[in-house]
Amino acid sequence: MFGLGLLSGLLILPLVGAAFILMVRGSEEAVRSNARSAALVTTLATLVLSLVAWGRFDTASAAFQLTEDHAWLTEAIRFRLGVDGFSMPFVLLTTFLMPFCILASWTSIEKRVKEYMVAFLVLETTMIGVFVAQDLVLFYLFFEAGLIPMFLIIGIWGGKRRIYASFKFFLYTLLGSVLMLIAIMAMYWDAGTTDIAALLKHPFAPAMQTWLWLAFFASFAVKMPMWPVHTWLPDAHVEAPTAGSVILAGILLKMGGYGFIRFSIPMFPEASADFAPLVFALSVIAIIYTSLVALMQEDIKKLIAYSSVAHMGFVTMGIFTMTTQGIQGAMFQMVSHGLVSGALFLCVGVIYDRMHTREIAAYGGLVQRMPRYAVVFMVFTMANVGLPGTSGFIGEFLSLAGAFKANPWVAVLATSGVILSAAYALWLYRRVVFGVIEKDNLKTITDLNTREMVVLVPLLVLVIWYGLQPGAILDVFAAPTAELLKSTEAALATAKFVALTLH
Amino acid sequence: MAAVPMFALAPALPEIVLAAAALLLVLIGALRGERAAGLIEALTLVAILAAGFFVVTQGGERVETFGGSFVVDGFARFAKVLTLVGSAAALLMSGDYLRRAGINRFEYPILILLATTGMMMMISANDLIALYLGLELQSLSLYVVAAIDRDNARSSEAGLKYFVLGALSSGMLLYGASLIYGFTGTVSFTGIAQALQGEGHTGAIFGLVFIAAGLAFKISAVPFHMWTPDVYEGAPTPVAAFFAAAPKMAAMALLVRVFITAFPGIVDQWRQIIVFVAIASMALGAFAAIGQRNIKRLMAYSSIGHMGYALVGLAAGTAEGVQSVLVYMAIYLVMTLGTFAFILSMRREEGPVEGIYDLAGLARTQPYAAYGLTILFFSLAGIPPLAGFLAKWYVFAAAVEAQLYSLAVIGVLASVVGAYYYIRIVKIMHFDEPAGAAFTPMAAGQKVIFALASIIIVVLMLPGAPGPLNSAALAAARSLF
Repeated sequence: MFGLGLLSGLLILPLVGAAFILMVRGSEEAVRSNARSAALVTTLATLVLSLVAWGRFDTASAAFQLTEDHAWLTEAIRFRLGVDGFSMPFVLLTTFLMPFCILASWTSIEKRVKEYMVAFLVLETTMIGVFVAQDLVLFYLFFEAGLIPMFLIIGIWGGKRRIYASFKFFLYTLLGSVLMLIAIMAMYWDAGTTDIAALLKHPFAPAMQTWLWLAFFASFAVKMPMWPVHTWLPDAHVEAPTAGSVILAGILLKMGGYGFIRFSIPMFPEASADFAPLVFALSVIAIIYTSLVALMQEDIKKLIAYSSVAHMGFVTMGIFTMTTQGIQGAMFQMVSHGLVSGALFLCVGVIYDRMHTREIAAYGGLVQRMPRYAVVFMVFTMANVGLPGTSGFIGEFLSLAGAFKANPWVAVLATSGVILSAAYALWLYRRVVFGVIEKDNLKTITDLNTREMVVLVPLLVLVIWYGLQPGAILDVFAAPTAELLKSTEAALATAKFVALTLH
Repeated sequence: MAAVPMFALAPALPEIVLAAAALLLVLIGALRGERAAGLIEALTLVAILAAGFFVVTQGGERVETFGGSFVVDGFARFAKVLTLVGSAAALLMSGDYLRRAGINRFEYPILILLATTGMMMMISANDLIALYLGLELQSLSLYVVAAIDRDNARSSEAGLKYFVLGALSSGMLLYGASLIYGFTGTVSFTGIAQALQGEGHTGAIFGLVFIAAGLAFKISAVPFHMWTPDVYEGAPTPVAAFFAAAPKMAAMALLVRVFITAFPGIVDQWRQIIVFVAIASMALGAFAAIGQRNIKRLMAYSSIGHMGYALVGLAAGTAEGVQSVLVYMAIYLVMTLGTFAFILSMRREEGPVEGIYDLAGLARTQPYAAYGLTILFFSLAGIPPLAGFLAKWYVFAAAVEAQLYSLAVIGVLASVVGAYYYIRIVKIMHFDEPAGAAFTPMAAGQKVIFALASIIIVVLMLPGAPGPLNSAALAAARSLF
């Protein structure tokens, strides 16, 4: 239709829904309920469309599929779209999480519902755009554009320190990305194109690679976030409304890891190999240090936020091992973490909606009144720890296996992080769920209602399903991983050969 | 050249239309007095439209006339269209404000018309004399316009301040021009370019510095920016809206033409000046705006910063660089006009307001206005997917192509600092509680320009949309080389 393909449809559909919601008029109550329903319908339709795209996707191929090409800035900078095994899981993760976000905001968002839904739908477009962009400038455009709706979501519907958190989020990530913009320009003039498929084949000079790698690293490290540039995340997480936290942890953090796999490793293989020790060091610090920090948190959301930083440490570590296990493990960890951390924030949202506090100390003994909640929360806590049988295990295990191949010491240190994560997660669970109910206001708390069950159970099923059947996800990016490693090794071998012949 | 007689008037037809219209309208105004204000305003718009029509229908090839001192090429036509758009939009949205303020004198549109004539001459100037004539016609009109609210001390002060500093800068420009004439023996840009081939032109470079200083004053680039905040704040808001758009476009076009066509042989020398001015403007525009509480002052610092970004493109000194300046100015014009259209409508029952905290809770009281303004401010900050990002992309890409990496890096870092004060306005509109009553409804002209600007800013980044602007700017830029 109109010469547009499926992927354009995925970008346009949420915007159409947003435009429709903007035009809704009538009494305040009618506008609210119409906006909610329209947003839910839109996100479900987008999910269905993404499943159609998934149906047409060939997992055996490492090439970009469902490609589209429209005129845009210049002859060389075009509106190119496409997906491969690395991006397809994230597209699905995005479209899958969105309906839950809308449902999770059904009653907890009461003011300015219309604007809220519009912001979320626009955010969905930008997130899908990041993963389907086949042009570097287009990628940057979506990468940055997501800041606008997220800034508004945190700032308008957030908690007490929302203004501080929204500014910190916006300026931190913007500062990280602008250097990447300069790098993109340098690549454009060097290669004459910003087509990602063409850039993947373009050999950049080693000296240039170093600078380009650092510029991209600045952006992705902030987005990931890696220690020591992670400090925006706890603030943003704590202040954002529940659905905002879900998206932040579930999708936005994955853009950094996606960027490393899509750009840093294949386009700057030599620089990636040179800087791998730095990434390992930062990852290990992130895993151990932020796990320790998580132990000391008194706010549930903050604890989960720090645990996200630690888990992203496994991802960066896995990616830069440049081994099959490492990269597949990192990819799996990102998808799994998207589900698990999203679910954990939804779980926090459940009790926050009832008690309006996130203080760990304010809870205790929930199992007495909320048995269903206790079960659901436990599964996700275990998945967060990385218990075998949940999806969390596969990702951590594979990335650790990759790390062991690359550098055993890194693997040893990172494994201690697994123990720490068990410590903080289980301790959190004990303090919130177990024990006897002592607080009077908890004595009347109600268990999960149907809407909340609808939100949490599918995630729970997936987390366990992927823990038992990881092949379903691993196969998706097996082909591009092999292709990535082949090209990287070839580039490194050439560089080595050149270095040897020069001496 | 042979085909065009010495005083062929056809290339200057748009300027002639404007000048003749101005004289005619003065006559009408003198005969009919203040009652004619509305009529004159309408006729001014007609004259600008007519001039725009003639600019657009002129042939694409380069034509010189008046002995080579007046040139019409793709570059001139592109810049002229933008200038006319800026003037027309400023007129269209200021009528309501002037009427309410009781200063809708018939001189106002005529002065704008004369200033526009001067700008058109600046854009087409091809020697130092024509440059100065155009510049002074524009400047003298602007001095008077700044003081149009003559019973208001602040407006008079703004006009006087602008005049004193402007006269100083004109003096510097003249001094520079005389130095260049002395060392090269010609006033024509092409002649100067020929004379300045090779090495050792210390005297001419000295003159170049003075010319750069004079022109930097006109585009309000640091360190010649001091007048801008005071004049924007002191002058009536419609005047500030006008100052922020068309004169900036014309002066920037003049600056580009002088540097590219008259001094191509000493690019390395003038690049240093431009790089310094660009960095200083971007940095000052970003940092000084943070403390501002008056939205007009804030926009003044914003415009200083934006001139810095546009100069980044000029610093590249290439066709791509000039193209990026033109794209930047076009998008800047749209954003500024849209923003000022709203600022002009900021008025409560008791009168106009200018504080940024008067915008508090705008998203609640006037949601659609708040959406539009949010788009404009994010675009001014250069955040994709809005057109402001496109503008920044072109200038920085041109700088990177010319290997001015440090300039580009400083530029993007300044844009992050600048983003702070733009998103602070967004914060005030969306996050804060309403501070007072809603503003009175926007006048039709303001509404049209505000809505149009917001829509253009969004639509310009859609697939296929930026192509025409891009190629038109590139064709215009090529005509200088």
